[in-house]
Amino acid sequence: MPATKSISGPQLAERISGAVPDAVEETADGWVQLRPQSLVDVCRYLRDDREIDGRYLNSVSGVDKFDYFEVAYHVTSLSHNHTFALKVRADHEQPEVPSVVPVWLGAHLQEREIFDLLGIRFTGHPDLKRLFLWEGFPGHPLRKDFMALPGGEHPGLQRFPKEEPGQWGGEARVD
Amino acid sequence: MSIKTEPMVVNIGPQHPSTHGVFRMRVTLDGERITDAEMVVGYLHRSMEKLAEERTWTQNIPFTDRMDYLAAMTGNLSYCLAVEKLAGIDVPERGQYLRVLFAELQRIASHAMANGTFVNDCGAWQTPLFYMFREREKILDLFEMVCGARLTLNYIRIGGVAFDLPDEFMPQLQALVDELPDRMDEYDSLLLDNEILLMRSRDVGIVSPELAMNASLTGPMLRGSGIAWDIRKADPYCVYDRMDFDIPVGHQGDCYDRFLVRMAEIRQSLRIIKQAMAQLPPGPFAAQVPLSLRPPAGEIYSRIESPKGELGFYLVSDGGPTPFRWHVRSPSLINLSALREMMVGQTVADAIVTLGSIDINVGEVDR
Repeated sequence: MPATKSISGPQLAERISGAVPDAVEETADGWVQLRPQSLVDVCRYLRDDREIDGRYLNSVSGVDKFDYFEVAYHVTSLSHNHTFALKVRADHEQPEVPSVVPVWLGAHLQEREIFDLLGIRFTGHPDLKRLFLWEGFPGHPLRKDFMALPGGEHPGLQRFPKEEPGQWGGEARVD
Repeated sequence: MSIKTEPMVVNIGPQHPSTHGVFRMRVTLDGERITDAEMVVGYLHRSMEKLAEERTWTQNIPFTDRMDYLAAMTGNLSYCLAVEKLAGIDVPERGQYLRVLFAELQRIASHAMANGTFVNDCGAWQTPLFYMFREREKILDLFEMVCGARLTLNYIRIGGVAFDLPDEFMPQLQALVDELPDRMDEYDSLLLDNEILLMRSRDVGIVSPELAMNASLTGPMLRGSGIAWDIRKADPYCVYDRMDFDIPVGHQGDCYDRFLVRMAEIRQSLRIIKQAMAQLPPGPFAAQVPLSLRPPAGEIYSRIESPKGELGFYLVSDGGPTPFRWHVRSPSLINLSALREMMVGQTVADAIVTLGSIDINVGEVDR
């Protein structure tokens, strides 16, 4: 039985460069890193190309790498049974990545999730708002510098300190 | 003369029997027709992805139980496979067969639950649900026998499984495998031509194959629309490449097709269980894995076919004892991507049936 093949990074980068010039920033064995401004064009090309046929978006994941954010797209071709991965980097101060919702509807909720938890703005997203947390939640919890919880870098591994009165808003309690 | 109407917003959930958990929909109505539908989730958000970054690779397995608590076994399996690929751990053959065996038992239990509640939503009140619960109960008894837990199992571990089978396990499993086909025939005769079910679910919530693929729908949602895609066949993990089974597909992608696909998958799972029982080899059931596991720096996207669809893990390791990033591609959340497209143009009553046929699990939607 044929297992899923993955298209290697250099091989995919060659195809992309043929269609969308100056789009590839870096390649590695398992992925191709793209310039953000050409992301949507490349995704549309990869979806519509008959030989690559990247019509099925598996997953969109965001990672905080301290100096920059990384968004990884894993795509599968159901007809050819192969996969490939694309990556895009965003600046840490003003993270912005173009939205791929016009290409794949499946990115809609996943981009909202990343916006909610990592704070990356997806420009061109039709309805970009928080998915899990409420509007007005302070900060984006999956960032590595999210220090809102008492306990600093390891809030889960220490005892939860006593809350200061009024620390989370509201009235201070007098016992 | 025309009557002037105004759109009305109706809030369904978060506490509503048909939403299967704390799921909320805001639907805009024009008379009885839905003109817009929006989902509001997050009531069960526990921030597992952040918590996981502070715990060791092994300590994170129980989180996967608590995502899709109706299919904890496949949650365990997907995560452990991803870590094993990242760390380069080989699982002994008996462990692999036990994983397949329990994953398929879990699929039957999850599909039984999904179809029981779906038929309940359609208006076949309670009786089919309790019939389905009866079968699920027997599977949960088997889980309890082997690992002591019924829902949050934590049975599949990195490197294999936690315990070997007790002596009384195989006879009880054999009894289940012997009686289940008859039970399924009974349910088929009760439900497949059932007037209530057909009237409520035929031509309701139609998903075209193009929409299913574009919206990244997975599992029975994708197969109900006629796309024969199953990761167990397309990208076999464990020992699925040695198993003989078919991929059931629907024809027009409505709610009834998704129901049929789940019914057929229960039978296919039964076939796999029989083969796994026959081929189950002796030997060790788990590999020796260091307690403080430190996978080499790198990243992996690994996926399996869970009862709800493609359950993937995107793990990033920096070589430390805890994951650098622990991202779940949860099928329940992503199967909701086409919710608006499915709902618009239907009536409110159909919206309930459509949501039931997606088979979401809010624990996995919110994580």
